[in-house]
Amino acid sequence: MSEEGDGEAASGALSDGEAVVAAVEAVADRIEAERDHLTDLDSAIGDADHGGNMARGWAAAAEAARDLDDPDPQTVCKTVGKTLMAEVGGASGPLFGGSLVFASAELDDGVTAESAVAFAETYLEKVEDRGDARVGDQTMVDALTPAVHTFKKSIETDELSPLEALAKAVDAAERGVAFTVPIRAKKGRASYLGWRSVGHQDPGATSALYILEELLATAADALDSETPDVDATSPTIPDESEEATASDPEGD
Amino acid sequence: MVGLVVVSHSERAAEGIVEVAAEMAGDTPIEPVGGDGQGGIGTVPDAIGGAIDAADDGDGVVVLVDLGSAVMNADVAVELSDAEAVIADAPVLEGAVNAAVAATDPSATFGSVREQAEAARGMEKL
Repeated sequence: MSEEGDGEAASGALSDGEAVVAAVEAVADRIEAERDHLTDLDSAIGDADHGGNMARGWAAAAEAARDLDDPDPQTVCKTVGKTLMAEVGGASGPLFGGSLVFASAELDDGVTAESAVAFAETYLEKVEDRGDARVGDQTMVDALTPAVHTFKKSIETDELSPLEALAKAVDAAERGVAFTVPIRAKKGRASYLGWRSVGHQDPGATSALYILEELLATAADALDSETPDVDATSPTIPDESEEATASDPEGD
Repeated sequence: MVGLVVVSHSERAAEGIVEVAAEMAGDTPIEPVGGDGQGGIGTVPDAIGGAIDAADDGDGVVVLVDLGSAVMNADVAVELSDAEAVIADAPVLEGAVNAAVAATDPSATFGSVREQAEAARGMEKL
């Protein structure tokens, strides 16, 4: 979703634009590798085309991104979004691709911690609006919302590094994907199944997680860092309950 | 004049709906668009955007859509378009016929054509 090169750290290696191209290539490889798995997930609750559609779209997007001369992050995101819109059939085109086209406007002045947060928020807002989906509908929104909220909070409140924030966001997305399993689909093709959608992992949420995982891996590479070992739980809220319990001699 | 665009997952369905609506459409520009661009079922935002441009002569375009991702792709195309365009929340064929009739009214506006298209939601057949 966002490349956290702050320019300086990435100097000597890749430009921010090149890092975004590398991320798109990594996503294309990952989606291709997971194609059958995504299709299996989709065949349980949908029309069994998610793996093929996404693999075709991301392969075309990676090619379009590679063909760009002297790419900047905004242009790469816009190009990838437009290619996904044209090449991915079904709702994934406008959701994954269309949202990227609009969110790319936030990268007008390059990629910073601040613009990455704005990018992530716009992306989520576009997905929610376009799909008319909210948390709990068993869609990619269930993965993206915790990821975006965790990323924003990690940057703005916890003042973590962008790479740590992204690592926490990936963990949050993973929890969100798990959350799609025991709930009933309210949007998308799976919603036609009613209660039979319960017990199935949402393919779109799963794809969103793979994309975030590849962004994290590529960002760590571009910054020449290890992938931070963090989880989405918060370090900042003072644990007052512990104190309260301690001062209550008998507890319960 | 207010222009119309008919979006369907099937290019042939879009063309057929336009064929029906055009009987009532007079000089109203009315553009069909549909299919995945490779002969299959689907919709492509760029193609929908092209149809909006073709139907626009400055007075706005009302877009009729069929189902699911066609609505989302039309939504993207409308948002990216320079033309004043809006999706009518209406059944695609009935809405297109209503809109075509409304658009031939000399006092038709962007708003009145959309409103008439959406009036097709309440259409009873029996």
